[in-house]
Amino acid sequence: MQDNLTYEGVFMTTDKDKVKRVKLKAASKLNQIMADYFYELDAAAKAKEPKIAWCTSVGPAEILRAMGFLVFFPENHGAMLGASRMATDLLPIADAQGYSPEICSYLRADIGAYLSKTTPIAKSYKGIEGVPRPDVLAFNTNQCRDVQDWFTWYAKKLDVPVIGIHTHRGVGKVTQNHIDSIATQLKDLIKPLEYISGNKFDLDKLKQVVALSKECSILWKKVLDTARNVPSPFTFFDGTIHMGPAVVLRGTQQANDFYQLLLNELEERVTNNIAAVPHEQHRIYWDGMPVWGRLRDHSELFSDLNANVLASTYCNSWIFSAFDPDDPFNSMARAYTELFIVRSDDFKETYIKEMLNAFKVDGIIYHDAKCCPNNSNASYGMPQRLERATGVPSITINADLNDLRLISDEQTKTNVEAFIEQLEENQS
Amino acid sequence: MMKLKSCYAGVDVGASRTKVAILDHSKNLIGHAVKKSGTDFTATADTCLAMALKMAGTPKSDIRNTISTGYGRKNVSFARDTKTEIGCHAKGCFLYFPFATTIIDIGGQDNKVIKLDASGKRTGFKMNRKCAAGTGAFLEEMALRLDVSLKEMDGLASQSENMIKLGSFCTVFSATEVLENIRRGKKLPDIVKGVYYSMIKRVLEMDALTEKVVMTGGVVAHNAFMVKMAEEMIGRKILVPEYPQLTGAIGAALYAMQP
Repeated sequence: MQDNLTYEGVFMTTDKDKVKRVKLKAASKLNQIMADYFYELDAAAKAKEPKIAWCTSVGPAEILRAMGFLVFFPENHGAMLGASRMATDLLPIADAQGYSPEICSYLRADIGAYLSKTTPIAKSYKGIEGVPRPDVLAFNTNQCRDVQDWFTWYAKKLDVPVIGIHTHRGVGKVTQNHIDSIATQLKDLIKPLEYISGNKFDLDKLKQVVALSKECSILWKKVLDTARNVPSPFTFFDGTIHMGPAVVLRGTQQANDFYQLLLNELEERVTNNIAAVPHEQHRIYWDGMPVWGRLRDHSELFSDLNANVLASTYCNSWIFSAFDPDDPFNSMARAYTELFIVRSDDFKETYIKEMLNAFKVDGIIYHDAKCCPNNSNASYGMPQRLERATGVPSITINADLNDLRLISDEQTKTNVEAFIEQLEENQS
Repeated sequence: MMKLKSCYAGVDVGASRTKVAILDHSKNLIGHAVKKSGTDFTATADTCLAMALKMAGTPKSDIRNTISTGYGRKNVSFARDTKTEIGCHAKGCFLYFPFATTIIDIGGQDNKVIKLDASGKRTGFKMNRKCAAGTGAFLEEMALRLDVSLKEMDGLASQSENMIKLGSFCTVFSATEVLENIRRGKKLPDIVKGVYYSMIKRVLEMDALTEKVVMTGGVVAHNAFMVKMAEEMIGRKILVPEYPQLTGAIGAALYAMQP
């Protein structure tokens, strides 16, 4: 079997017999806009203009775009390293630099790639030799503290300024104090960014970008919500790939045009009753990160069992309903604080309960990612509490987002097969 | 003319041992076999089936259906379909204990804790993480370190008067602790009992137990003293089927019986 590297660095099989989920036509458009995105960054890095910012996946991208930067996302690069299965060989290089095998395998794979002078971008896009060199690094710790360490490493290595936002964690009710503190931190980024970019901050420009991000967010939510239909026209595995523009091109018209195209296709599927997984019998919710190097395997594992993993916490993390172009700083602060990952367990449980209901879910898979406790929810009794409250059964898969050395494929397979078998027997 | 008997075969190709069970149409176990799985699962399954058929005194043509399970379930050439070992252990246990139970299966490579309701439906299950702690593989490693055969261990553990405690679950770290205890001159039975204790502790922490607890698997079949220790630890009697190692194979044969 031959693998081709396609959009967002995900390997898709070229053996048509092996395709177990119905392919989306929008995928070719996705390939094109992702290629355009990387080529534009590469050209800017070579010409040294426009300036390039590296940013964490959940902002503050809007400010960076409004200040005229092109934006590169190391977490997206981390996912590409995982999906291309390059990560496993690169992780030990970062480990040897003093990074524990227990911490973020995006960070470690990315630093390993930098030190090895390799990147899946160069392998996928002819003429690109490496990742675009940053002029500034801007983080938001809403994902985790690891992103700060990651960006700080590059700041020292490349002698580039690093700025960031320190988020609140375990947030129950989002209060004005939360909003004020994040909004202040966002405003504090302006001065250094003006200095680095050489551009004067323009509030109207920021409003325009936030409006585009808001539209992207609405469209992405509509895309994901098509999976509420029975059968679902979309899968979690499609989502992990097609969320690329919501991460790296949020705040641009290209992203919005793409999601309109994808939405049209999915709505057409709904009208024509086309299931993403033929013979869908079991509807599954995925909590936690994807296992990037096993996307295809996992997709086929479920579809072979007539199960569609169709909703997730992960893909929904790029829905920012609070964005308001008329109040950009406060609404960005709210959007980045309402995020699932920074919320309390009480909030998360209520959120998942609503998702189970809305998407008519039969069972939950918790991915307990070894190196990503922030994005894993199986360690503090949540699966048991939710099962008691909803009656929806679950299993936990012990794996990792990027470190394939931490995965037992056979155990995953047996667990999933036994789980679907259990659902099947209890349905009959 | 000899009257044809209807029988059903279940094959459990485990990481360590392959088990075959043959049930007659009344769910009686009429033949069975256990053999080291080795490196050719297909051949081992074939051999086990021949042994079990010989014991049952029935020709292969009497087998109406076969289901395979276990790690090598896809390698059984004569099986019509496969089921997971979780499902098969649940089914096999419920045949002998038809009420709500928590099943603890200790296999060569993995542990399972399976919960059944009063109707035999699975309400949940857990497998060990990717770690040998509490499995047969852990026991094998410790036997190697102690230079005793697996068969000797149960007798040794039962002679212990002053059990040592192993602090770690990790197989490698536990082996180091075992060596440390040998160096300190601790008695062999006390070390073996400590190894058993570590295994049970690891398994018991996997999930909360319900009132009725069943133990199955090859480790249980050959280490009765471990069950006794587990009973002491949970403070109640543990149910063990007559052939604990065959539970998965029996469950597979029961699946084979289903239309």
